[in-house]
Amino acid sequence: MSDTERAAGHSARRPAGTLAGRLHRRPRLQLSLLLSAPLTWLILAYLGSLTALFMSAFWTTDTFTSNVVKVWSLDNFTTILTGGVYQQVALRSVGVALAVTALCVVIAFPVAFYTARIAPRRWRPLLVVAILTPLWASYLVKAYAWRLILAEGGLLEWLLSPFGLDGPGYGLTATVLVLTYLWLPYMILPIHTGLEQIPDSLLDASSDLGARTGRTFRSVVLPMLLPSVAAGSVFTFSLSLGDYIAVQIVGGKTQLIGNLIYSNITLDLPLAAALGTVPVAVIVLYLFAVRRTGALSSL
Amino acid sequence: MRLSRPARIALRIAALLGFAAIYVPLLLVLVNSLNPDRSSSWPPPGITFHWWADAWGSAGARHALVTSLKAGVGATAAALVLGTLIAFAIQRFRFFGREALSFVVVLPIALPGIVTGVALNTAFRTVLEPLGVGLGLFTVVVGHATFCVVVVYNNVIARLRRMPGSYEEAAADLGADTFRAFADITFPLVRSALVAGGLLAFALSFDEIIVTTFTAGPSTQTLPIWIFSNMARPQQAPVVNVVAAVLVLLSVIPIYIAQRMSSDTASGSRI
Repeated sequence: MSDTERAAGHSARRPAGTLAGRLHRRPRLQLSLLLSAPLTWLILAYLGSLTALFMSAFWTTDTFTSNVVKVWSLDNFTTILTGGVYQQVALRSVGVALAVTALCVVIAFPVAFYTARIAPRRWRPLLVVAILTPLWASYLVKAYAWRLILAEGGLLEWLLSPFGLDGPGYGLTATVLVLTYLWLPYMILPIHTGLEQIPDSLLDASSDLGARTGRTFRSVVLPMLLPSVAAGSVFTFSLSLGDYIAVQIVGGKTQLIGNLIYSNITLDLPLAAALGTVPVAVIVLYLFAVRRTGALSSL
Repeated sequence: MRLSRPARIALRIAALLGFAAIYVPLLLVLVNSLNPDRSSSWPPPGITFHWWADAWGSAGARHALVTSLKAGVGATAAALVLGTLIAFAIQRFRFFGREALSFVVVLPIALPGIVTGVALNTAFRTVLEPLGVGLGLFTVVVGHATFCVVVVYNNVIARLRRMPGSYEEAAADLGADTFRAFADITFPLVRSALVAGGLLAFALSFDEIIVTTFTAGPSTQTLPIWIFSNMARPQQAPVVNVVAAVLVLLSVIPIYIAQRMSSDTASGSRI
C-alpha cells in the first residue's frame, strides 16, 4: 500500500483529513495553492509596475507642459547614449560601486579571518553579533554620523589637524568612504561564514603536502571563498550603484546615476525611466555573472 | 593552516582597527546627543540631557515612530506569508519557471530602490488612485513587503534544505495527514527561521527610506523620512541627534532576540 493510499484511508474519517488526502493526491493543486498568492503579488505588483516603468522609457515629454506624450521613440536612449554628462555619470557610478566593493573586500578579509579562525572559539558568536549590530542601526543614522565626522570642525578635522592634514570634506571620496562603511557588514558576514566552513583537515592536508601558509591561502582558501565574496559583492555593488541618499548627505556636488534619476522624476519621467534601465541592466548582468559562481544560492 | 606569530598579530590589529572603524561613528552619535552645542561641533563643550527631554516631547518624532512600527508590522506579516509559500513551493516541487521565480524573488532587493520606488509609485497612481486608494500607509506596506519577501524566503528555504524530508514521511507513516504533519513536525522545525526572517524583514522595513519616499505620499511620514527631512534644519538637529542615538541603542534588542532564537540563521545572512 503506498503512503498516498494510506493517508487517504486515514483521512476519510474527518473533513479536514479528507481535504488533506485530496491535497496529498494532487501535487499540482498543492503547488498552485502555494504559488497563487505570491505569484499574483510578484507579477502584478512588482514585475507589472517595472514593465510599465520601462515601457514609459520609450515615451517622451512635452517640453512646455511636462506632460508625458505616449508616442514610441528611442529619443531618451539616444539622449543618454550621446549626452556626455550621462555617460560620465554612469561611468562614475559604476566606478564608485566597484571601488566600494573592492574596499569592502580588502577591509572585510582580515576582520573575517580574525573572527572565523583566530579569535578564541567561545568569542566567535559574540564577534558575529558585533559585526551584525551596526546593520540594525539605521542607514540614515550612520550616514548622518559620517556627515558629522567629515564636517568642518568635525571629529576627523580635529584628529588630523595636529598632523597638518586635511580631511576629504564632502565629495566623491567621502561618498565612497561612507558607502564602504554602510555596506561593509554585508561583505564581512559571508566571508566569515565561508572561512568558518573550510574544514581544518583540508588546511592540514595542504601543509602535509608541503604548502606554506601563503600557498595554502592562494590555492585552497581563496578559491573556496570565491562564492562568499561574490555573494557579498552583490550587495556592496548593487546597493552602491543605486544609492542617492548618501550622496546627498556627504557627496557635496557629486552626482551619481541615482541622483540623475531622482532629479528627473517630476520633470521628465520617461527620461528618468530610461536612466533607470542603466543600473538595472548593469546589475542584472552582474547577477548573471555571479550566478555562475553559485553565490546566489548561498545568499 | 599554520600562521606565523607576526601574521597572527597583524591580523589581530587589523581586525581591531576594523571593529573600531565600525563602532566609532555609532559612539559619536551617542556622544553627540549629549552635546550642548546646537551645531554638534567637536569636541563637545559639555554634557546636557536637554535634547533628550526635547525629543521626548517631540510630537513629530513620536508620530513618525508609530507610523514606522505599523508599516513594519504590516510588511513583515505579508512577507512572512508570501516568503514562506514561495520557499515551500521551490523546495518541495519541480515546476516550469522555478529558476525564474527564485531569481525574481531576489530582484526587488538587488535592483536599486529608486527604480522599485518609481515603478511602484507610477503603478499605484495609475491603478489604485482611480479606485480611491491614495498613497499612504497601505501603499508603504505593499512597497516594503515586496522587498521583504526575499529575507523570509531565504531564511525559510535555508532551513528546509537542511531538514530531511524523511521526518514528514515518518509522520505520514504514523498516520498524520498533510496538515497534521505540518503543524507537528514541519512548523516547529522552521519556526526559528521564521522569527529570524521576520526580524530581518521588520528591520529592513523600519530602515527603508527610498521606496518609502515614493510610496508614502505627502501625509504619511515614517521615522527615516522624518529624520531625513529634519536633518538639514538647524532648529531640529539636536532632536534628530537624540532620535538617532535612541535608534542605535534599540538596535541591540533585535540582535539579542535573533541570537537567542537561532544561532544559525541569525548569523547566516541579513537577506
